[in-house]
Amino acid sequence: MHPASFGYEAPASLEEVFGLLRQHGEDAKLLAGGHSLLPAMKLRLTQPEVLIDLGRIPGLSGIRQDGDTLIIGALTTHTEVSASETVRNLLPGLADTASVIGDLQVRNRGTMGGSVAHADPGADLPVTLTALNASFMLTSAEGGRTVAADDFFVDFFTTALEPHEILTAIHIPLPAAPTRTSYAKLPHPASGYVVVSAAAALTLDGSGACTGARVVLGGVGGTPHRATGTETALNGQALTPEVIAAAAERAADGIDPHADSYADEEYKRHMAAVYARRAIEAAAARA
Amino acid sequence: MEHPARPVNVTVNGTSHATEVEPRLLLVHFLRENLGLTGTHVGCDTSQCGACTVHLNGAAVKSCTVLAVQADGAEITTIEGLADGATLHPVQAAFQEEHGLQCGFCTPGMVMTAAYLLETRPDADDEAIKHALEGNLCRCTGYVNIVKAIRTAAQQPR
Amino acid sequence: MSTEQSNPNRLIGASIRRVEDPPLLTGQGCYVDDVKLPGILHVAIHRSTHPHARIVSIDTAEAAAMPGVVCVLTGDDTGDLALRAPMLTPEMNMPEHPVLARGTVHAVGAPIAAVVAESRALAEDAAAAIGVTYDSLPVVTDAEAALEDGATLAHEELGTNHCYTMKRENGDVDKAFAEADHVCRLHMKSPRLVAMSMEARGVLAYPDPIRKELTVWMSTQGPHRSRADLANSLGFPENRIHVIAPDVGGGFGSKGCVYREDVLVCHVAQKLGRPVKWMATRSEDFLTTCQGRDQAMTSELALSKDGKMLGLKVRVVANLGAYLHSATAGPPQRMLVMAPGCYQIQDVRVEIVSAFTNTVPTGPYRGAGRPEAVLNIERLADKAARDLGMDPLELRRKNYIQPEQFPYRTGVGVEYDSGDYEKSLDEALRLSDYDQLIRMRDEARERGELVGVGVSTFVEPSGGAGFESGAVRVDRTGAITVLTGSSSHGQGHETVWAQVAADLLKVPMEDVVVRHGDTIAIQQGTGTFGSRSAVMGGGALATAAERLVTKAKAVAANLMEASADDVVQVEGGFAVTGVPERTVTWRQVAGAAHAKGTPAGMDPGLHETAFFDPNREAWGFGAHVALVRIDADTGELTIEKLVLVDDIGVVLNPMVVEAQVHGGLAQGLGEALCEEMVFDEDGQPRTGTLMDYAVPRASTMPPLIIGETETPNPFNPLGVKGVGEAGTNGAPPAVANAVMDALSPLGIDHIDMPYTAPKLWRAIREARKG
Repeated sequence: MHPASFGYEAPASLEEVFGLLRQHGEDAKLLAGGHSLLPAMKLRLTQPEVLIDLGRIPGLSGIRQDGDTLIIGALTTHTEVSASETVRNLLPGLADTASVIGDLQVRNRGTMGGSVAHADPGADLPVTLTALNASFMLTSAEGGRTVAADDFFVDFFTTALEPHEILTAIHIPLPAAPTRTSYAKLPHPASGYVVVSAAAALTLDGSGACTGARVVLGGVGGTPHRATGTETALNGQALTPEVIAAAAERAADGIDPHADSYADEEYKRHMAAVYARRAIEAAAARA
Repeated sequence: MEHPARPVNVTVNGTSHATEVEPRLLLVHFLRENLGLTGTHVGCDTSQCGACTVHLNGAAVKSCTVLAVQADGAEITTIEGLADGATLHPVQAAFQEEHGLQCGFCTPGMVMTAAYLLETRPDADDEAIKHALEGNLCRCTGYVNIVKAIRTAAQQPR
Repeated sequence: MSTEQSNPNRLIGASIRRVEDPPLLTGQGCYVDDVKLPGILHVAIHRSTHPHARIVSIDTAEAAAMPGVVCVLTGDDTGDLALRAPMLTPEMNMPEHPVLARGTVHAVGAPIAAVVAESRALAEDAAAAIGVTYDSLPVVTDAEAALEDGATLAHEELGTNHCYTMKRENGDVDKAFAEADHVCRLHMKSPRLVAMSMEARGVLAYPDPIRKELTVWMSTQGPHRSRADLANSLGFPENRIHVIAPDVGGGFGSKGCVYREDVLVCHVAQKLGRPVKWMATRSEDFLTTCQGRDQAMTSELALSKDGKMLGLKVRVVANLGAYLHSATAGPPQRMLVMAPGCYQIQDVRVEIVSAFTNTVPTGPYRGAGRPEAVLNIERLADKAARDLGMDPLELRRKNYIQPEQFPYRTGVGVEYDSGDYEKSLDEALRLSDYDQLIRMRDEARERGELVGVGVSTFVEPSGGAGFESGAVRVDRTGAITVLTGSSSHGQGHETVWAQVAADLLKVPMEDVVVRHGDTIAIQQGTGTFGSRSAVMGGGALATAAERLVTKAKAVAANLMEASADDVVQVEGGFAVTGVPERTVTWRQVAGAAHAKGTPAGMDPGLHETAFFDPNREAWGFGAHVALVRIDADTGELTIEKLVLVDDIGVVLNPMVVEAQVHGGLAQGLGEALCEEMVFDEDGQPRTGTLMDYAVPRASTMPPLIIGETETPNPFNPLGVKGVGEAGTNGAPPAVANAVMDALSPLGIDHIDMPYTAPKLWRAIREARKG
């Protein structure tokens, strides 16, 4: 399968990208790792006139800690994230997420920024990044702005990104108190995409009580879904099996999952509770 | 609509090539059609099967999901470049020894993924091997002897 | 199963490493898409997006004007060019099967127009620019629904959805049922499966208009049969077509017939006088390559109260899809010869009814009717045991055909050659530590866990469908060539036939070269499918080798001035009995045979050919045991242990045989766990890519224990039976029986495969609701 013909630009700076975006408008698409875009182009589901390859722009990849923030460049690959000692130590739930995206070869090419900007409802990273309360650095010729994950994912394949903006980095806050992170995923047996997944970020006080919980579901709608009922049920509680089970039972409150050829709505609702429980248990079990 | 060709300079299996290609040309087609390296196979159209796996700057990638123009400046190794002259790479040798191939169509991709795995995780156990093969489909072997072959190769002194 | 050489003096039975491997491991294989010819053109096809519609118009003007496009063809251009399937019964209904649609399309993916262009990418560009307007027609996708009165017609032109009906009856079935204490009834469906060979289909045709020749590289399992089918469809002489099966990337039955694109590409190449190639994309392969299974079985088993099987009725409704390929109608007929399995049931009635639907055509896929038949009788046996409160093993043992009864004529009139089903079962029980499994299951059940143990014991026919050819030729220098009509596409014939020939000729294996897959090089052939090659190709080769040795002895006798009766084979040649120093080598014998050294009255040369047909199938058998666990919370099924004991007679190369078991098993587990081609009620495929259709991955495979028993086939020169489909036939029913055992505390007695997590979860939930 061959994509339809297109023009190709490989700018060396963000300034050049902004110029190209102005020039081509909606006929252009940004190319990062290409692992969402190129498959769609091969099936001719999308036929952009121009691809703007971000791969030659320096400074868009890498992982660094800046005070209480972890900054990950948009072009950092999933393999780099999952292998990063920094990520493994600080946010093991993120490393785990990156390590179950697609497959080994996909992780070697696919990028954090590409996955986030594509906003596939079956993707893993949006779920975990929402649980981690990440925010996204959106850069344009006019400057930049950051948008919190809670506000960034708008609908199926739709984000707060404006056509003239580029996602350049992901900022993840590192709370002072110990925070335990995890990710649990039910993959589709064919595609490996999320059927249902859950990410948890639990902040604990010295006594082991949960002082802040973010529990987010994937696969149950157009965007990552904050399981607020579950979060509320965990807050202020010691994470006993009973507390976790009761909290997880509330995960499906208010969700409206879509049936697909593999799983129906009822199954997804039930799995939301099961995977929320598994994610919370895994987070609670982290030392 | 026709779009101008773009220059591509790559080193494939140690040989450098300077040429121009259509932007839409996929790396796998560049290797197969332009360079005649037909050992890299196309087994699907949704980036699932892994038959097209090559090493791009040392990393295993699916060459059906990379544009040739994206590979400009890169070092590429294909199945044709894995052996050291007449001496098979330990993964290739282990595939023969453990009967890790039947029809051979998935084999180049399997071998390239396995070789990359053992570069990055020489201590891979069966579970790690199976996880690494999630992106490589085989329909003949039931994977049993493929996993065995990679385990055997992992135990070879290198 | 040992992978070590069992007898150091013999090559037969040794785990010789494959001679095929070095090119395939180094990227030097040559599959159809790797063949390069100057001036080659490429075909891309515009396909129907409708499952059933009249074509109102086809607009090809824009496509024809696009860069690189040589021509665009529609059904108006290809006219009567069509595929033809054999008539199996005089009443059989046969729809038109034109290479490009003429007026109506009957399935999504049916070819409407073909673009021929200078590159594949340009051909795809133009194919995408073709506009078709449709007038939708009603759709039928389910075979049982298609056979109901007043059903929607898949082909209006045909006036019926019925293709053929076949019946077989023996004994007095009504009496058996009248006298029965219990009748066990079961309705089940086998899921529709996709062969999914890693190399999709492809064809490259090279015409030579001056010499009136046509050379065709095809990804096929049977080049000679493909040549005949191409000749028939093209109206071009068979002896002017040269079909080459180069390296073939798997087939599993689906590459056993000629497809529309094959005929189309040959036609276009001849018309344009240029080489033309078409390679299926994976999406096209999902929509056009024959799919497997999709049979509904309604069965009744009559029993006495002590578990004696008295009678059997089976009705199969087979979904043939929209069109008939040459082998489409074949798989359902397997029930006619397999219905009673390994049991003594003489009063049997089998009826096969097949129907057309607006879906992808079906056809042979690994097992090709065998898995359905095994599933049917083995699920019945288990359910019968449960109905009667008997141990399922006791019920089986009570009804097995006994070793001293072979050759045994079954209730469907076929003769099984040999067998020892209890021995096979006992070995599987031993290897699985069966009593311990049952204890574990019972303890788990006490804890409320869903754990089950299942067994299937089965027979599997192999090696039918006509003849196979084999030849052994010794050239002037003593170099030995095997020419086989079998057509290896991963099975390892280049290795195994060299082993067999070298063993029988007493020469080093390295001295033997095996040729196959070429209609000019090879005398004739049938091909590789249906677990047939060890039996048929091996039988032909062994017969040819025996003839060759007989002739060589006569030549050797002439050379050594001895009586042929006194000449014996020794390593590398021949000797005179009792005079070991009087020897001649194969080289000397071959030299003499080509230089007036043959005895008076004997033709010169050293080249013997055999066309082998034992006029019966070989009946392998086995016993498989599965231990499964189901997570009630998610429906997730885990196979915790799987034991496979297969009896395939004499084993030629244990390493290759064991790997065939692995591969068949993986496809069997695909059926049991995850694979199903689904069409929605509007006839649209819902699992038409690898993003939706799940095939097993490395992590799917459970822990395996593989064992064997060896009961030689008395009707084959090598004593062999087929093995390629063993894992596909035996393992799914063992898993099915284990799953039903696990769910038995909930009162669930049957669920159709595949056992996906959502399906099992729903069944558990509904059973618990009551």
